[in-house]
Parts: sequence; C-alpha cells; structure tokens
Amino acid sequence: MDRQIKGILGTKLGMTQVWDENGRAVPVTVVQAGPNVVTQVRKPDVDGYSAVQLGFGDIKLKNVTKPIQGHFEKAGVAPRRHLVELRTSDAADYDLGQTIEATIFEPGQLVDVTGTTKGKGFAGVMKRHGFGGLPASHGAHKVHRAPGSIGGCATPGRVFKGMRMAGRMGHNRHTTQNLRIQAVDAERGLLLIVGAVPGPKNGLVLVRTAVKQVANQ
Amino acid sequence: MNILDELNAASMRADVPDFRPGDTVKVNVRVQEGARSRVQVFQGVVIRRHGAGIGETFTVRKLSYGIGVERTFPVHGPMVDSIEIAMRGKVRRAKLYYLRDRKGKAAKIKEKREV
Repeated sequence: MDRQIKGILGTKLGMTQVWDENGRAVPVTVVQAGPNVVTQVRKPDVDGYSAVQLGFGDIKLKNVTKPIQGHFEKAGVAPRRHLVELRTSDAADYDLGQTIEATIFEPGQLVDVTGTTKGKGFAGVMKRHGFGGLPASHGAHKVHRAPGSIGGCATPGRVFKGMRMAGRMGHNRHTTQNLRIQAVDAERGLLLIVGAVPGPKNGLVLVRTAVKQVANQ
Repeated sequence: MNILDELNAASMRADVPDFRPGDTVKVNVRVQEGARSRVQVFQGVVIRRHGAGIGETFTVRKLSYGIGVERTFPVHGPMVDSIEIAMRGKVRRAKLYYLRDRKGKAAKIKEKREV
C-alpha cells in the first residue's frame, strides 16, 4: 500500500454521449463527483496504516447518532451521509475538513469506479451464470431454462459446494477498472467517464485512480 | 435529469433543418485527409430517422453506378457540415425500407407540393 491513490465519492447521474475531437460519438457516464470533505486522516504511528476518510452527501442532523456527530465535530464539518476510507501513501498531505472536488482528475486519466450493482432479484442460472439452458425441442419438456445435471449419484452422494445455481443476483459491490475520463466539468463538479459504471442512477459511486494503469499503458 | 439535459443541449446542433423520410437531401460531410479536411457531398433519399435527442440518426440512400449505397449519419454530429434539402417527398411511411427492393421508376418518390 505505497500507492498514491486519489479518490472521490459521487452519484451516478446516468449515461449520454459526447462528440470527441474526431467527431465520433463517445458513450459516457455522468458522475456528480463531490464535493467531499476529509473527515479523518489515518496515520501509521496511530492507526497502523495511512488513509484518508472522505464524507459525501447531505443528511439531516436528527438522523445522525451522537457518537457519529462527535466524529464529524472532531473534523469540524457538518455530518455527511456516506463515509469511505481511501488507503493512500500521501494521506499526511490531507487536512481535516479539506474539500475535495472533481478537479482532482484530469481528462484522459484512467480510473476505477466502485459501486453497488443493480439488484436483479431471484435469477435463474441462464441469467445469473450464463448457462446455455436445455434444447427448445427434441423432447425437452418444461426444462428449457433449467441447469441440467448438478452432480453424480451415489458417488459423491452430495452436491459440491459452490455449485452454480439459481439465486439472488446483483446488488453486489463491483469495481470496473481502467475507465478513461473523457472530460471534467469543474463548474458543476461532473466527471464524464467513458463506458458504463456499476449501479443504478443516483447510486453512490467511488471514483479512484486506476491501480493497474501502469501495467496497462 | 436536468444536468444530463444541459450536457446534451451543449452538444446538440441548432442548425438542423426540418427534414423527414422521403425528402431528398444533400449531406455535406467533412472528410479528414491527413492534415487537411474537405467537404464531400452525399445526396440521396432519407429512408429513416431513428432515435431521439443527442443520439438521433438518419439514413440516406442513393444509387451509385447502379449499386444502392446507404449511409447513416448522426443528426447532431460535428462531421456533418450541413444538410440541404433538395426536394420534399410525399410518402406514407416513416421507414422507407421498401425502396431497397425497387429500382427505376418504381423507386421514384413523388414530390410534395405545398398547397
């Protein structure tokens, strides 16, 4: 963990397209990034690691518990709805209460975007795991989207752990890596990120510098 | 959605003429050749308009040396220099795919006369 990671919390506004300098359409996700505040700075000698804690989003004071109110008071900022810790080696350069804007990123930079994917409910194996299903005809009856065999008979006499089956799908934390930033709107605090980003509209996303961008370039 | 609409409005063009399927249009396309760019004309019949907003496209069909050629352009794209309407056509469909199966006089579209 000796990387310098920059990051910002924001909400996904939705997708649209913009024209690049060659006149081509670029699909972008618009993220309302920040403003975030630094609510805590973790130091190696006190906490054993270095990180910054960022707060984002409005919240009514009556919905904040007293212990958490105290935590925000220590930083000298109004309570925020979401908190996240960002492990970075340059955490000591951050000050308590400092605001972080979308302008920490530049166009062309690669980022990782973390969010909670859309929940799909109870999904079958074809949707959830990409199984092929069973034939449409040739004697297949009422089993067209079924998984087929899930194991042997008397040996092993049980179903193996981790067998892919139907179940709850989506609403997982997911990180999409190495997305390029198309543009930064400093005035409105917007990031235009090329491609799709996990989660529904108005979902919380964390945009960080890409961890694998060195290998990628 | 307001911010998205504002963003879209910034990359949409205001100078798009009002044209419909059946109209014959001249599309002046910017072509980049190395360092310099020139304008190429693609003239033909609009056979469809597809989509809405920033992503709207239209398809122009023409006959080139007896071969049917179709090109799809974004309505708001910057590579389209300008669109001129050569003729207003009288058609009864929104999508003129039937023109692909016709040639000669059968593929002709009547001009729409303003009353």
